[in-house]
Amino acid sequence: MWGISLLVFREVLEAALIVTIVAAATRGVARRGWFIGGGIALGVLGAIIVARFAVAISNAVSGIGQELFNAGVLLAAVLMIGWHVVWMSSHGREMAHQMKAMGGAVQAGASSLTMLLAVVALAVLREGSEIVLFLTGMKVGGANGLVNGLALGIASGTAVGFALYFGLLRIPIRYFFTATNWMLVLLAAGLSSTAARYLVQANILPELGSQIWNSSWLLSNGSVVGKMLHILVGYEATPSGIQLVFYATVVILLVVGMRVFGHVAKPAAANTQSDAAPMIGVPAAH
Amino acid sequence: MNMPRKLVMRLVAVGALLAVAGLGQAADVPVFNLAIKDHRFTPTQLKVPAGVQFKVIVANQDPTPEEFESTDFNREKIVMPNSNITVFIGPLKAGTYKFFGDFHQETAQGTLLVE
Repeated sequence: MWGISLLVFREVLEAALIVTIVAAATRGVARRGWFIGGGIALGVLGAIIVARFAVAISNAVSGIGQELFNAGVLLAAVLMIGWHVVWMSSHGREMAHQMKAMGGAVQAGASSLTMLLAVVALAVLREGSEIVLFLTGMKVGGANGLVNGLALGIASGTAVGFALYFGLLRIPIRYFFTATNWMLVLLAAGLSSTAARYLVQANILPELGSQIWNSSWLLSNGSVVGKMLHILVGYEATPSGIQLVFYATVVILLVVGMRVFGHVAKPAAANTQSDAAPMIGVPAAH
Repeated sequence: MNMPRKLVMRLVAVGALLAVAGLGQAADVPVFNLAIKDHRFTPTQLKVPAGVQFKVIVANQDPTPEEFESTDFNREKIVMPNSNITVFIGPLKAGTYKFFGDFHQETAQGTLLVE
């Protein structure tokens, strides 16, 4: 049971961290719970379907179907996170202002929310399909404690996600969406670097240097902390050159996108900030 | 109108060259075999050359799925029951690199000896 719960924990953790960042980034948005819950439900359904067709996926495109599938899922998530981040750069301050003015609920753009629903679904799908395959194998092998192991793994992985979420809520609201936006940028960059790794594994992309550095003596990607940082900021103990290229490209594109589109909304944002500034920290000052 | 078309043509040409180069590379790479039986790798140590790209074919002879994984050389791929997968690895520097079966880590452990 412990072995089972440990593997389930690791997979759930990866998905839970992504869901947590999305949950934080959509703080105060009306109907957010439905979008996140819906994303998780779709992801679970997708995971079962993907696991069911695992053999077909694996054999597709002369044996590189798995890599293409994973890279495709990851890059789709990168695109959707990118879209949301750039959209937020022109609406984020407005949202923070509204939240204070109206005591919570914000009407965010439906398309931006749908993007994040898809990001949640894809994260759950990717990690969930591994859990389904693993449990299927365990069942064939006649292992005991499947249900308990699954429950314990999901509970502990989710608990870490909640802990991170409540930690993030401590960020002052004025900086909150800036912080979550940066977290989304680094998440997207990390996912793109993992996508690059799959494409190298399938020999579609050149590696451009197999181990640009090796920091596994300090923090291995096999450890729980290493795994968490791998998801949160794309930490790699032994990155290849192409992974760094993908990572840097996504960061640069998103930062430029945020600048360009954030600029368009400057006049309104400047107003918001001057209105909002006195509201921050006032209770503490009294 | 002419300039962009020319540029596109050039890009296509470059892309095609890269694709051909990639295929040529794939044809020459040395191949190594690993088998999984009773959640163990055979052989447990695989000797591979340093500084060249190579590929490993992992044959899962168990009735359960396994995930061939390494954090040392950064690869992961699921191997379905009674099937094979191919993974491109390297070029790696000389040294010892661990790999494992993620679904049965207690027994499925092995190393690449790169020299």
